[in-house]
Amino acid sequence: MLSVDRLSVTFQTARGPLRAVDDVSFTLEPGRTVALVGESGCGKSVTSLAIMGLLPGSARIGGRLSFEGRDLLALSAVERRKLSGGTLAMVFQEPMTSLNPAFTAGEQVAEALRVHEGLSAEAAMKRAVEMLDRVRIPDPARRAAQYPHQLSGGMRQRVMIAMALVCKPRLLIADEPTTALDVTVQAQILSLLAELKRETGTAILLVTHDLGVVADHADEVVVMYAGRVAETAPVGALFARPEHPYAIGLMGAAPRFATPGGRLASIAGTVPDLMSPPPGCRFAPRCPFGDDRCAEQPPMAPLAAGHQVACWVAPIA
Amino acid sequence: MTGYALELAGIRRHFPVRDALGRPKGAVRAVDGVSLRVAPGEVLAIVGESGCGKSTLGRLALRLLEPDEGNVQVLGQEWTALSPRALRAARRDAQMIFQDPFASLDPRMTVAAAIEEPLILHTRLSRAERLKRVHELLARVGLRPETAVRYPHEFSGGQRQRIAIARAIASNPRIVIGDEPVSALDVSVQAQVLNLLMDLIREMGLAFILISHDLGVVRHVADRVAVMYLGRIVEEGPAAGIFAAPAHPYTRALLAAVPGQGAAEAEPIRGEMPSPIAPPPGCRFHTRCPFAVARCSAETPELLGTTHKVACHLAGELPPAAPFAEAHTGGERLSRLAAHFHREEA
Repeated sequence: MLSVDRLSVTFQTARGPLRAVDDVSFTLEPGRTVALVGESGCGKSVTSLAIMGLLPGSARIGGRLSFEGRDLLALSAVERRKLSGGTLAMVFQEPMTSLNPAFTAGEQVAEALRVHEGLSAEAAMKRAVEMLDRVRIPDPARRAAQYPHQLSGGMRQRVMIAMALVCKPRLLIADEPTTALDVTVQAQILSLLAELKRETGTAILLVTHDLGVVADHADEVVVMYAGRVAETAPVGALFARPEHPYAIGLMGAAPRFATPGGRLASIAGTVPDLMSPPPGCRFAPRCPFGDDRCAEQPPMAPLAAGHQVACWVAPIA
Repeated sequence: MTGYALELAGIRRHFPVRDALGRPKGAVRAVDGVSLRVAPGEVLAIVGESGCGKSTLGRLALRLLEPDEGNVQVLGQEWTALSPRALRAARRDAQMIFQDPFASLDPRMTVAAAIEEPLILHTRLSRAERLKRVHELLARVGLRPETAVRYPHEFSGGQRQRIAIARAIASNPRIVIGDEPVSALDVSVQAQVLNLLMDLIREMGLAFILISHDLGVVRHVADRVAVMYLGRIVEEGPAAGIFAAPAHPYTRALLAAVPGQGAAEAEPIRGEMPSPIAPPPGCRFHTRCPFAVARCSAETPELLGTTHKVACHLAGELPPAAPFAEAHTGGERLSRLAAHFHREEA
């Protein structure tokens, strides 16, 4: 359904070109969730913005992005707009920056229906209120008439999800959809996404740094480091047996996944500067398992069905 | 001497709320009668969601905010009555680390000056001795001595938090309060800072209060846990006991909501925390509680018990709660492989 093939994204900066995403490939099927995981600057959000066509014009994009057989990079601006918000929708971390403060919650949800389904204002508002009810906003008719600043953070995030889902998108990109929310509200939002996925068969690309969210809600996982894919695996396989040393370090560093009470894995050094990344494997300077081979970039190599790792040393016993 | 590093008794703080014309129209009951004790060497976590009052409580505990009512005792000394001057001197014993070190470090001060400041305030060391101590502190938190002459903006978030920690421990305090000290950091950096904090707590025998919304972090470091909801403590006890058998319905909902326990079979708790301006009468959680009975909306439950305390009328009558599901799925292999990264650290 969605195929990301050797995607690269380069930004022009004052210091020269910066390749934020380098040779990233994965696929996503209907009714499935793929999680893009990694820490700040790993390229996960830039990847999702490239798919949505939301990168600035100055960004150079390489590789292929195809969605239901169509080449996303070849679409005209008009064709793009038709797709975005309808077939393809996105939810961001901070609803305040994506909701328009000058329109009510109901108007913003109804807008997508008017644009993509050509509904009248009245019919669109009726559907919008139904949608607000579906995302469990209490008293949806009253809330629909309120402006974003009158709503709590959790409520605003629900409005954004209602906006994204009202046209029954076939692909939903959720970029840290619950990161700013309290844990009980996060649980409500994630269970809502899971329910809608079951009902409508929407495919979800979940961008997150939270391994717990990944463990519960993803089917497949793409672990990214410094703009590249380190490991892709079915969720069960990744958590039972991470193979890339970065994935091992990341899980060993997460209090929820490390041995309780023990010392957390502490990955020495810092993420490389993408203006001048190290040659070969980008994790090599911080890796306790590496050897001479790591001076050369490792290819993605299959280990098992759907499980691939870019590491010369893997599999590690 | 009580033997406790910090004792809070009946702490209350309300913030007046005014309408558009400046007339008082109520109060945010941020902290509403909280008592807590922390022993030397003990890590007490205060957990709860935004607006529960946990950060306000942390500030009240060090008199960075003045309580309306209640007493604060630090190392057996009554802090509530101290003059501003005496309080300044007493602060050497109790320090704070914030979530955003940018907010606590003066951008115009070099790292050396920032760490030296508490030494000037609280010690009689000579300038040369102070500089020597600054270098020792930098080394202790894992920063190179050359960093001393640089400014906060030149550092990453994790390094800035190390600087804030060096400043906090400079006066050899007995108590440190960390308000979400690792919440803004990426997982791998968070691990480094948590390891450092746990080492310091052990070495210095610190009483540490960890204010956090991250129950994974709390599970990892806390000896005891206090759960707050709308300005009150609803449950308090040994961390192991609370995670194995959460008693209060709110604690149960909070723990059940932590991701990484298998896709939720149980429906997550409904609704959001009510406004602290008009908290519900009786038990403040009764509006969202699946077990609530008539009594819960009429009578405020007291925090009762010996080591594991609960403020719930139905405590002991509720069906047993599911324990918090640990998520160390990588097992022995992950611990063994992750240990390779520890060697890198040394």
